[in-house]
Amino acid sequence: MSGNHFDEACTAVQAALDTGARYADARVMLRRSESMSARDGDIEDMSSVESAGIGVRALVGSSWGFYAVPDLSDSAARAAGRRAAQIAAASAMVPGPAIDLVPTGAGEADWASPCEIDPLSVSQSTKGDLLVAATGAAKAAGADLAQGLLQVWDTQKWFASSDGHRIGQHIRECGGGVWASAFGDGEIQRRSWPSHRGQYGTRGWELVDGLALVENAPRMAEEARQLLTAPLCPSGETTLVLGDEQLALQIHESVGHAIELDRILGWEAAFAGTSWLDLDQLGTLRYGSDLMNITIDPTIPGALGSFGYDDEGTPAVKRDAVRNGRWVGVLAGRDSAAVAGLDYAGSVRADGWARLPMVRMTNVGLEPGPHTLDEIIAATDDGVFMDINRSWSIDDRRLNFQFGCEIGYEIKNGKRGRMLRNPTYTGIGPKFWQSMDMLSSEIVSWGTPNCGKGQPAQIGHTGHPAAPARFTNVRVGVRG
Amino acid sequence: MSELALAGRVVELVRSAAGPGAEAEVVVWHAAEALTRFANSAIHQNVADATTTVRLRLHLDGRTASGSTTRTDTDGLQALVERTVSAARLSPPDVSWPGLTPPTPLNPGEELDEATARATPQERAVRVRDFVAAAGGLETAGFCRTNYASAAFANTAGQAVEGRFAEAAMDGIGRFGGADGVARLASGRLADIDGAVLGARAAAKARAGGQPIELPPGRYEVVLEPDAVADILANLAMFGFNGKSFAQRQSFAELGAQQFDSAVTLLDDPIGGPGEPAPELPFDAEGTPRASLTLVADGTTVAITHDRSSAAEAGGVSTGHASPSSREWGPFGTHLRLAPGPAVPVSDAAVGPTAESSRALVASMRRGLLITDFWYTRVLDQKSLVITGLTRNGVWLVENGEVTAAVGNMRFTQSYPQALGPGAVLGIGGEAIMLPDRWSGVRHTAPAVHLSSWNLTGNASG
Repeated sequence: MSGNHFDEACTAVQAALDTGARYADARVMLRRSESMSARDGDIEDMSSVESAGIGVRALVGSSWGFYAVPDLSDSAARAAGRRAAQIAAASAMVPGPAIDLVPTGAGEADWASPCEIDPLSVSQSTKGDLLVAATGAAKAAGADLAQGLLQVWDTQKWFASSDGHRIGQHIRECGGGVWASAFGDGEIQRRSWPSHRGQYGTRGWELVDGLALVENAPRMAEEARQLLTAPLCPSGETTLVLGDEQLALQIHESVGHAIELDRILGWEAAFAGTSWLDLDQLGTLRYGSDLMNITIDPTIPGALGSFGYDDEGTPAVKRDAVRNGRWVGVLAGRDSAAVAGLDYAGSVRADGWARLPMVRMTNVGLEPGPHTLDEIIAATDDGVFMDINRSWSIDDRRLNFQFGCEIGYEIKNGKRGRMLRNPTYTGIGPKFWQSMDMLSSEIVSWGTPNCGKGQPAQIGHTGHPAAPARFTNVRVGVRG
Repeated sequence: MSELALAGRVVELVRSAAGPGAEAEVVVWHAAEALTRFANSAIHQNVADATTTVRLRLHLDGRTASGSTTRTDTDGLQALVERTVSAARLSPPDVSWPGLTPPTPLNPGEELDEATARATPQERAVRVRDFVAAAGGLETAGFCRTNYASAAFANTAGQAVEGRFAEAAMDGIGRFGGADGVARLASGRLADIDGAVLGARAAAKARAGGQPIELPPGRYEVVLEPDAVADILANLAMFGFNGKSFAQRQSFAELGAQQFDSAVTLLDDPIGGPGEPAPELPFDAEGTPRASLTLVADGTTVAITHDRSSAAEAGGVSTGHASPSSREWGPFGTHLRLAPGPAVPVSDAAVGPTAESSRALVASMRRGLLITDFWYTRVLDQKSLVITGLTRNGVWLVENGEVTAAVGNMRFTQSYPQALGPGAVLGIGGEAIMLPDRWSGVRHTAPAVHLSSWNLTGNASG
């Protein structure tokens, strides 16, 4: 499969229009991916996937239809366009309000993510040697179980719409991590490097080269072993300092999903859920403290949620979601924005050619604060530091959360003290964010490669700039 | 070309490219998925796709690689074989390769329902329309889905099998005054899915959920309805009876130990039964025939789910639970069935918030909570399977066998095996309901259960 595939996309769009659609778009996608995992110094699984096809979206009246096939022949593209329009017509049996689409500035463009070393050009033996060395080093340092994972995605897509879009994109993503577990009497402790899922970005293999997996694996094993005999995280209310990796997931769960406009409008009510946010309060609601500045920014070079155009053809633009603690922006698509009376979209993506584009996070993260982690700890008389996520759970309105972290440390009189095991914390989103009184400038853009949403299920890739921060009066040490 | 012929062709391409010593297994999977989704009482997403995927796993000179493609023309298949052979030759040695499934006949199963396999967007939309209408003006949301799959497996050891299945499901909520009520059903026959029945049930729950009170955290006696029990089954399957977790000592499971209440008998049942179409293909990703497997018999753990890798590690045999990702995530059951208790006659009087299969259990509870559903459950400690999550779609306070108040959603932190442990199960409902998956193609069948204690660790205030 080579060359561009705008012709197939245009054929499908025209077939949908000919079958009654008033708007249609089509994405031809070719995605090649690789995954390799290792355990205790041996390669455990290695696979490569090639997936190619066309997905067509048609709007008939006020109803959408979508159809996808892995066949790029002219006849298949035409049939897919017709079928999408026929499915949209069936939707009209239970119609909704009239649908408009906010303008996108249609045009022709090409975009590619930055990449120094093509991840697919790196040999399997090089990747295997890296994982064998990293997991072997963790095992040698005392891990009862050492695991490693490397993943690569290479996606080319050609988007055309009846509004005149002709947009080609080539996005390369990769990343990985290493995990060390220690087994105790009835419990397991785990340490992860560089994060609980690894680190991922829209970059080339240079990202993986910079992770220093082998160098950090022994320390993970040692810390996992130390955790088995560390004291339990105390229970009660205290001052909580979060590391940047845990704060990235806190942002993802309690801000990123909450500002998805489809959730706010009730489009995800039965599954992913709704949001505690009410559009009537957009621009006035206090989400967090004055230190809280969250942006929606798909333009960050190399971050996992970056692109040139979303899957509706809207150009990537940086926007505010929370400014000085006030809620000011949402993640939107062309139809949801029109329903909400907003004039911007740009956050719609699909997990492959066979899935419907829907509102997804891009890079949603914090702007830097004025402090450093060392300053935050030095300014804390009594509290707990936690980092590296271990578990996450939040309600369907994105308010009531509980997170567990891999490792904690007590903070006493401005110094980091004893290691703590099984640290957890819980709270209510806006109350928690309003208690943030110190924020570091040490931003890291963490990639989340497994954000689930939609029916049928879709996996999204998102990015989250985050830095260490301090929160007051947080309930910690929740146990079963 | 049939899926079986396509699989055989890939096996031949492997032999040509890698020689007679190569061990290869090929799965050709054709799936036609269609899902009609509604929200704010209107169909807002309506999707379908038809995809054929070819997956090849190859073991060559002691090294293993796998690959898949959606390109089924000659060039696509040739490219799949070439890159998988190349990847295997460059791979580190695979010391845990479990070998191929020998020729083995499939277990007989019930034929699929052709009407479900050929369901139209209009048939799904009719069920949505009926659900919305039966909710009597309440805001509704959910989906109606039909899936059809036909697949074949072939390997170089001579195993060559094929099969088909179809399934339908509906899952929807009614919304009233800030409260949600849910109704779900999965079946091998779309004809079993009645949107009006489900819509009325969801609406009744929603209407009974208004003006919730807030209860303090603590341990409560509970009746868990089938939706909540299905979450317990999913986590037991994924983390407890998972052959890889077991082999790596990350599971609580101990074969031969009385780990559950004697009322608990648990099966994985992927091949259906008399009059019940199989909910899954009759073979797994390694070509091993699927079969019904008893995991817990009268409270005693008696089996673990295995693919060929975990079976080899544990010194057992595959139970037919291989998936494309089972070497990484472990093999786990996807169609667990908790055996129901004795059927108890119940009145057909006004339903209120209580599902039919829960009514006798609620009537026997002096003070406790009736919980409809769980949400966002995550493992805090895998060995003891301590899970945190939230209630969803309706909680009620029960006093002296009667529902007395709606309760706001609460967070829990609870060991699942402990909750079902010896002496902890006070009753099991007389009807097991097949429930649609939330996420990944698993469909568990569950009755309601009455448990002596559930650890609720938070409420709406935090």
